[in-house]
Amino acid sequence: MLFFAQIVAMFVTLLVLLGIAGFLVFAERRVLGLLQNRLGPNRLGPLGVGQALADALKLLCKEDFVPPFASGLLYRTAPILVAFSALAGFAVLPLAPGISWAGDWEIGLLLILALSSLHVYGVFLGGWSSNNKFALYGAIRAVAQLISYELPMGLALLALVLLAGSLALQGLGAAGQPVPLIVYQPLGFLIFFIAGIAETQRLPFDLAEAESELVAGYHTEYGGMRFGYFFLGEYLGLVLIAALISLLYLGAWSGPWLPGWLWMLLKTGFVIGIFFWLRASLPRPRYDQLLHWGWNALLPLAILNLLLTAIAAALWGTL
Amino acid sequence: MMLTTTILFYVFSAILLVSALLVITARNPVYSALYLVLAFFNAAALFLLLGAEFLGLILILVYVGAVMVLFLFVVMMLDINLERLKEGFLRYLPLGLAIAIVGVLEMVAVFWTAPIGRVPAPGPIPANADNTRALGELLYTHYLYPFEIAAVILLVAIIAAIALTLRRRPDTKSQAVGKQVAVAVRERLRMVDLRGPKP
Repeated sequence: MLFFAQIVAMFVTLLVLLGIAGFLVFAERRVLGLLQNRLGPNRLGPLGVGQALADALKLLCKEDFVPPFASGLLYRTAPILVAFSALAGFAVLPLAPGISWAGDWEIGLLLILALSSLHVYGVFLGGWSSNNKFALYGAIRAVAQLISYELPMGLALLALVLLAGSLALQGLGAAGQPVPLIVYQPLGFLIFFIAGIAETQRLPFDLAEAESELVAGYHTEYGGMRFGYFFLGEYLGLVLIAALISLLYLGAWSGPWLPGWLWMLLKTGFVIGIFFWLRASLPRPRYDQLLHWGWNALLPLAILNLLLTAIAAALWGTL
Repeated sequence: MMLTTTILFYVFSAILLVSALLVITARNPVYSALYLVLAFFNAAALFLLLGAEFLGLILILVYVGAVMVLFLFVVMMLDINLERLKEGFLRYLPLGLAIAIVGVLEMVAVFWTAPIGRVPAPGPIPANADNTRALGELLYTHYLYPFEIAAVILLVAIIAAIALTLRRRPDTKSQAVGKQVAVAVRERLRMVDLRGPKP
């Protein structure tokens, strides 16, 4: 009986996450409209909230189409891989101590990194199997960008793990309890933040789908719900990175008056808001500048951060 | 519980073996590489079944996340001619067979000395065992020197690989980003007084 209850609860968690992703698409369009001095979708429902439902319905009703020149099986697998890798990460993410599926798993952080390398395969397969030059260019760009920014991200996390002495996300969140870890790791926070945006491939790092150069990048040939999966993966990845930032650096569930899980949600929402703001404000860099910045600036900084943290930990001990 | 683990073991091993076979029989090199990725995933699943979570996830992180991505990155962009690759297949066949026989004999020797049935079963895992911590403690105390030596060898290999592929090409044109950023206004802009003489 408990087993079935758990399965139902997992299903509900999935639905809630999908709902959040759909709502974020709408929220982003409204926020961008606000920042760019225009209206955004405001017709359906109060403030236009119904737009999220309408979009989902439209994607679901569209024709399920596989181009004759694509290699079928891989073309079908790629979007599912992307959506899966984003969704599965939430299994180890705690909202508060005890509120999670596997937040106390001793190597939850490694699972998230492993899933982000699975994401690379979804993007790569989508671009390659489409058999289209724009898609292939998009995939090449995306793969190069993702593996370049995974390194500084991993190194920033390593410094954090060194301080907290735990690889479980719940343990890492607990390490930032009285004092948020951003106080000890300001440089690591910046590195993780930048690399996190690059990992989710959002503006200003959306070179892989730069509309003005590559039509739509690696998902040029996709339509309907298959495109929807890519979209879902992108927005869920955004939520995951924002939640990780607030969990690891912003003190997770600590805060006065309100219950812990609400603080965690509020912090995540705040970080997502900053992501929207960045999207509206920053221009897209050139592709070589992007890789240059990743390898020649971010990576040495991350190594320096790790070294300094190690020295500090040797001198004054860890948390 | 035990039965589930056994069933899962056979499922993962079967997929692992089939995909390993497909790595060498697939006609398209991209598919070959992808089958290898599938094999790595199943090997990682086997590690997880054994309770070695750290090894399983590190296998995915290192081999799937880094090594195979770079492989695919190269294979994807090359137009590989399979006819050229198959050239000389018969000529190298005896050598290949000889190496295969030696490999099989070695494996037989290993199984002969320690048949599968006689390998002692792993003892019960203590309740709050953290195999990441256990591995770390073992690596940094008992096996410190081998570990450090392996690290130095890897470093040398990295330097050698970079030195082999790094070549200065004087004929290509590229931008020095640092110089571009460091430019000041007065180096690029000269104000000229263009007022003519008064008539």
